[in-house]
Amino acid sequence: MDIFALFDISILGGTIRMATPLLLACLAGLFSERAGIFDIGLEGKMLAAAFVAAAVAAVTGNAWLGLFAAILGSVMLSLVHGLASITFRGNQLISGVAINFFASGITVVVAQAVFQQGSRTPQLSGAARFDPIIWPGALTKIREISQASLPMKIYSQLISGHAIIVYMALLLVPLSWWILYRTRFGLRLRAVGENPAAVDTAGISVIRMRYAAILIAGVLCGIAGAYMSTALQAGFTREMTAGRGYIALAALIFAKWRPWYALMATLLFGYLQALALRPDILERAINLRVQVQLLDAMPYILTVIILAGFVGKAIPPRAGGEPYVKER
Amino acid sequence: MEKMPKWADVLLIPMISLLLAALISALVLLATGQNPINALRIMVDGAMGSSRAWGYTLYYATNFIFTGLAVSVAFHARMFNIGGEGQALLGGVGVAYACLFVPWPHWSLAVIAAIALSGLFGAIWAAIPAFLQAKRGSHIVITTIMFNFIAYALLNHILVNVLKPAGSMEPATASFPAATHLPNFADMLGVFGIPFASDAPANFAFVIALIACFLVWLLIWRTRLGFQIRAFGHSESAASYAGISATKIIMIAMIISGALAGMMSVNNVMGEAERLVLNSAEGAGFIGIAVALMGRNHPLGVLLAAILFGFLYQGGTQLSIQAQVPKEMVVVIQSLVILFTGALDNMVRSPLERVFLALRRKPAAALSPEVGK
Repeated sequence: MDIFALFDISILGGTIRMATPLLLACLAGLFSERAGIFDIGLEGKMLAAAFVAAAVAAVTGNAWLGLFAAILGSVMLSLVHGLASITFRGNQLISGVAINFFASGITVVVAQAVFQQGSRTPQLSGAARFDPIIWPGALTKIREISQASLPMKIYSQLISGHAIIVYMALLLVPLSWWILYRTRFGLRLRAVGENPAAVDTAGISVIRMRYAAILIAGVLCGIAGAYMSTALQAGFTREMTAGRGYIALAALIFAKWRPWYALMATLLFGYLQALALRPDILERAINLRVQVQLLDAMPYILTVIILAGFVGKAIPPRAGGEPYVKER
Repeated sequence: MEKMPKWADVLLIPMISLLLAALISALVLLATGQNPINALRIMVDGAMGSSRAWGYTLYYATNFIFTGLAVSVAFHARMFNIGGEGQALLGGVGVAYACLFVPWPHWSLAVIAAIALSGLFGAIWAAIPAFLQAKRGSHIVITTIMFNFIAYALLNHILVNVLKPAGSMEPATASFPAATHLPNFADMLGVFGIPFASDAPANFAFVIALIACFLVWLLIWRTRLGFQIRAFGHSESAASYAGISATKIIMIAMIISGALAGMMSVNNVMGEAERLVLNSAEGAGFIGIAVALMGRNHPLGVLLAAILFGFLYQGGTQLSIQAQVPKEMVVVIQSLVILFTGALDNMVRSPLERVFLALRRKPAAALSPEVGK
C-alpha cells in the first residue's frame, strides 16, 4: 500500500498534458453555451483541427502553420453550426451531431486521398511539432530526475517540459474569466445566454453576439485539435480525439459553466486519463487491481452523478439550446 | 391553413435535402479524385445488383429500422435519444445470455428469449437516463451520450472478464449453439421456391423489424398511450394540464425506445455474427438518428429511410473494395443527411413555403383582386 504513488510527479505531469486539450475544448464550450448555443460538436471540431494541423504541418514542416490552418478549419465547422443553429434556427443538438459525424468521416477520407497511409498522416518531427519547452536549469534525463530533490522534480517535470500550447491554455483561464466577468462584451455574452430578448431590447444584436461566441469556440477547438496531433502526439490517426470533446462537455457541466472550475474539472478528468495509462502505479498504490475499463468510464460516470444533482446542482444558462426569434 | 401541402412536407423536402447531401458528397468524391457517376454505378450495382447484394442491403436496413424506430419513438415525446448505440450494445449482451446459457431445442424459442432479453437490457440502459431526466432534470442528450461511453466500457469488461471462453485471447463470446441460428433469406424464401443467395446475411430479424414497424405505428397513432406521448411532445404544459404525467411519458417513451434499439442485436449478433464481439453495433445506433429525421418519425418513413441507408452502407462497402474510397465516406454522407434534414431544415423549408404561398395566391388573385392582397 503506497498511497503516495497516486501523486507520483510523472502522473501529475501527464495530468497536465492530458488536461490541456480538455481544458481548451471546455473553454470553447463555455463561451458557446454561455451565449446560449449548445455545442455537441466540440469533438468533431477538435478532430477536424487535429487532422488539418497534422496535414499542414506534414506538408510545410511548420507546426505554427499547422496551428493556424487548424483554427481556420475548426472555425469553418463553427460557422456551419452557426448557420444551422443561429441563422436558420435549426436544432443545435442535431447540428452538433452532424458536425461530429462529418469530421469523423471526412478526416479519414481526405487523409487517405492525400497521404495514402491508411487514414493517418506521416509522422511529424522537428519543426513540424511543438516540442516541449525546457525551462532554464530543468533536468531532462530520467536518471538525474530520479535522484533530484522534490522541488527540483516538480520544477523539471511539472512546470518545465510542456509544449507552448499547454502554457497558452493555462493563461486562457484567467483571460476567459476576465473577458466574461470584467468586460462589456462578456456581460452581453452571458446575457444573450440567459435572456436574449432583454439584450435585443437594449439594441444589441443577439445574432452577432452568438456568432462571436461560436467563433471563439471554433478558435479554441482548433488549438485543442492542433495540440492533439502536433504536440501530444506526432501526427494524426483515425478518431484520435477519442471522445475528448464529450469529456470536455462533461467537465463543463462539472464546472457549472465557470472558467476556474473548468480548470479544476479538466485537471481532474486529465488525472483520471493519465492514471488510466498507468495501471501499474494504481495497483501499487491501493494494492488492488482496478479494471482499466472502469477508469476509462470514470469521467462519464462522474458526469452522470453530477448531472443527477447528487453533488451540488448544475444549472445551465437559461436560454441554452433555444433559437432566438425576434418577434412572433 | 397549412403553408404547404402535406406531400411537399413528407416527400419534397426530404428529397431536396437528400439531393443537397448527394451533391456535396459528389463534390467530396470529385475532390478526392473519384468519378461520382462511376461511384454511384458501383454503389447501385453492389447494393441492388444481385440477390446477394440485396441480402446485405436488407441486413443493414434491419439494423437501421430498429434504431430508427427507437429514435423516432423518443422524438414523439420530444426526447432526443442519442444513446441508441449503447442500448444496442447492451441488447447484444442480452442476446448473448439468451443464446449461450439455455439449451434451446429450436431457434423459434431462442429468438423469443433473445427478443425479450435484448429488449430488456436496452430498456434498462435507456431507463436510467430517462429517470434522471424525469426526476432530476438531467439533460437526456448528455446523459445518453455518457451512457454510450459507459456501455462501451461495460461491454469491454463483460467480454474480457466474464463471457470470454477460457483460453481464448479475443474479447468475444463463444459462438452460439447451432440451434439458435436464425434462418436467412435463402432458407425462408426457399420454402416458397424462390431462389436467394445463401451467403447473404439478411435473416429472420427483418421480419421482426417489419412487425416492429407495424406495432410502433399502432402504438403511436392508434392507442391512448400513443396519443399521450404525442400530446406531451407537442406541448408539455398542455399535456400536464390534461392530466398526463410527464414522468410516466418520459419513462415509457424512453423504455420503448431503448428496447427497440436493444432488439437490433437480434439481427446483428444472433442473426449474423452468431456471437458477441466488441463494438458489435458498428455505429448503427447513430445512423438511427438520420433514419428517424429522414423518415419524419413515421414507421413507414423509417422503413424506407432505413432501406436507403442500407443501400448507402452496402454501396459504400463495395465502393471501398472496388474504388479504394474509404468506408468512412458513408459516415460523411450520413452526416450530410443529418445536417440537411435535421439542422438545416428551415433552409430548404422557408423558400419552399414562399413558393407554395405564391402559387396559392395567384389563382385566388385571378378570381377577385382584393382577396389575394
